[in-house]
Amino acid sequence: MHGNLLEIHGLHKRYGSVEVLKGVDCNVAHGEVISIIGSSGSGKTTMLRCVNMLEEFEGGTIRIDGEEIGYATAGGERRRKPEKEIARQRALTGMAFQQFNLFPHMTALQNVTLGLRLVKKMSREESQALGETWLDRVGLLSRKDHYPSGLSGGQQQRVAIARAIAMSPRLMLFDEVTSALDPELVAEVLQVVRSLADDGMTMLLVTHEMRFAYEVSSRVIFMNQGRIGEEGNPKMMFASPKTERLAEFLKSSRFD
Amino acid sequence: MNPPATFSELVWLARWPLLYGLGTTVAISLLAIIGGTVLGTLLGLVLTYGSRASRFGARLYTDFVRGTPVLVLVLASFYILGVAGLDLSAFQAGVLALTVFCSSHVGEVTRGALQSIHKGQGEAAKAIGLTFSQSFRHVLGPQALRLALPALINTAVEMVKASTLLSVIGVAELLLRTQEVISRTFQSLEFYLLAGFLYFAVNYAIERLGRYVERRTSLA
Ligand SMILES: Nc1ncnc2c1ncn2[C@@H]1O[C@H](COP(=O)(O)OP(=O)(O)OP(=O)(O)O)[C@@H](O)[C@H]1O
Ligand SMILES: [Mg+2]
Repeated sequence: MHGNLLEIHGLHKRYGSVEVLKGVDCNVAHGEVISIIGSSGSGKTTMLRCVNMLEEFEGGTIRIDGEEIGYATAGGERRRKPEKEIARQRALTGMAFQQFNLFPHMTALQNVTLGLRLVKKMSREESQALGETWLDRVGLLSRKDHYPSGLSGGQQQRVAIARAIAMSPRLMLFDEVTSALDPELVAEVLQVVRSLADDGMTMLLVTHEMRFAYEVSSRVIFMNQGRIGEEGNPKMMFASPKTERLAEFLKSSRFD
Repeated sequence: MNPPATFSELVWLARWPLLYGLGTTVAISLLAIIGGTVLGTLLGLVLTYGSRASRFGARLYTDFVRGTPVLVLVLASFYILGVAGLDLSAFQAGVLALTVFCSSHVGEVTRGALQSIHKGQGEAAKAIGLTFSQSFRHVLGPQALRLALPALINTAVEMVKASTLLSVIGVAELLLRTQEVISRTFQSLEFYLLAGFLYFAVNYAIERLGRYVERRTSLA
């Protein structure tokens, strides 16, 4: 494929009178693994949420494979696309949340197959087969009939990742997927993310795991007060930060 | 001369009016509960997800109805709508009033349930590409139902009790039929007890049904 998978141009987002994203530009090529780091409140989550239209934004454009996400600009007028269209566009990306957000009234397998049946219009058999394949990939096939309440946090997050990835999104968004986990459960989830990266999945991952960002990313983006403060390959950035802010941020972060 | 009839003989003689009365009570309650649940669910959706203006309208309706005694709603529906040119039978007017009453309660219950579902649930549904109606049907609705069920059963029971108010506008439901039977037999205590037992039976059936649904929808 040619061109960028994701193109974010001049992204502006405000909550009320507070400007949270102040013009973000970012291109992501197919197969890139990008870690987004930065201090709390710098706009990392907001940026991800704009990409799959969980948030509206007032300025700028987001394109996936050239297709404008969420809004259509015609004759200088910017309009939100119809909900059906936005729902379709959301399925182009997959998202894993800090709090997992599994559906508590469904088993692990049902969580994974819901979108396959309703959005991908697969038959019951097809969706179950694919669902089981992905649960197997995250090491939870034996737990397919468990409800989320009967799974550990790490297991829930792995099911949540399987649910997102089974939809075969072009781009995966991970928002601090290990932050809500007990330390001993972090590794199993990072292992799943790493294996997806190794498979060539394009991903944007917001993380506080500096070691992990260093190891898996092809590029790191440092967000600072609603803008991209600095970006580059992790080795260069971590070894010799160009800005004062990044140097400070790295000093205050733990590497382990 | 015939010996005075025993109570069971009197009940047997009055079986048809009483059964019709019971049937009418069940019909009124069922219609009002079904209509009120459909309307109330929509109301709850508007109260939770509607635009500012539609939320305001729904809120006004809900608070107004909830703040009005049911008897007033029944009388208004029967007399005022008639004057306004809407020619409803007593039965229709009564069912309409109870439906409105039921919808306001279900609306409030539904709103409460939907708002107590974690925001991440709707977002996770959106993130896999579900439309709002798919999300409501498969993700939000079932969770809201589970949360709202006890309050909904309560509302249904209240509707059965409120159906007695239709006797005031001459709907021959169980209470009015009972009163007619009493005026012929003078056995007021016995027949009121019988009516009380029948109301209890209906409400007991509703609660059992509710428990059953609760068990079916609870997590394994
Ligand atoms: N729903 C909201 N309403 C109002 N302000 C919000 C909302 N969500 C986020 N914000 C504000 O927007 C700013 C950016 O938030 P965001 O969640 O994107 O930061 P973040 O970089 O992800 O931080 P963290 O590392 O703590 O997750 C913060 O100042 C936050 O307080
Ligand atoms: Mg965040």
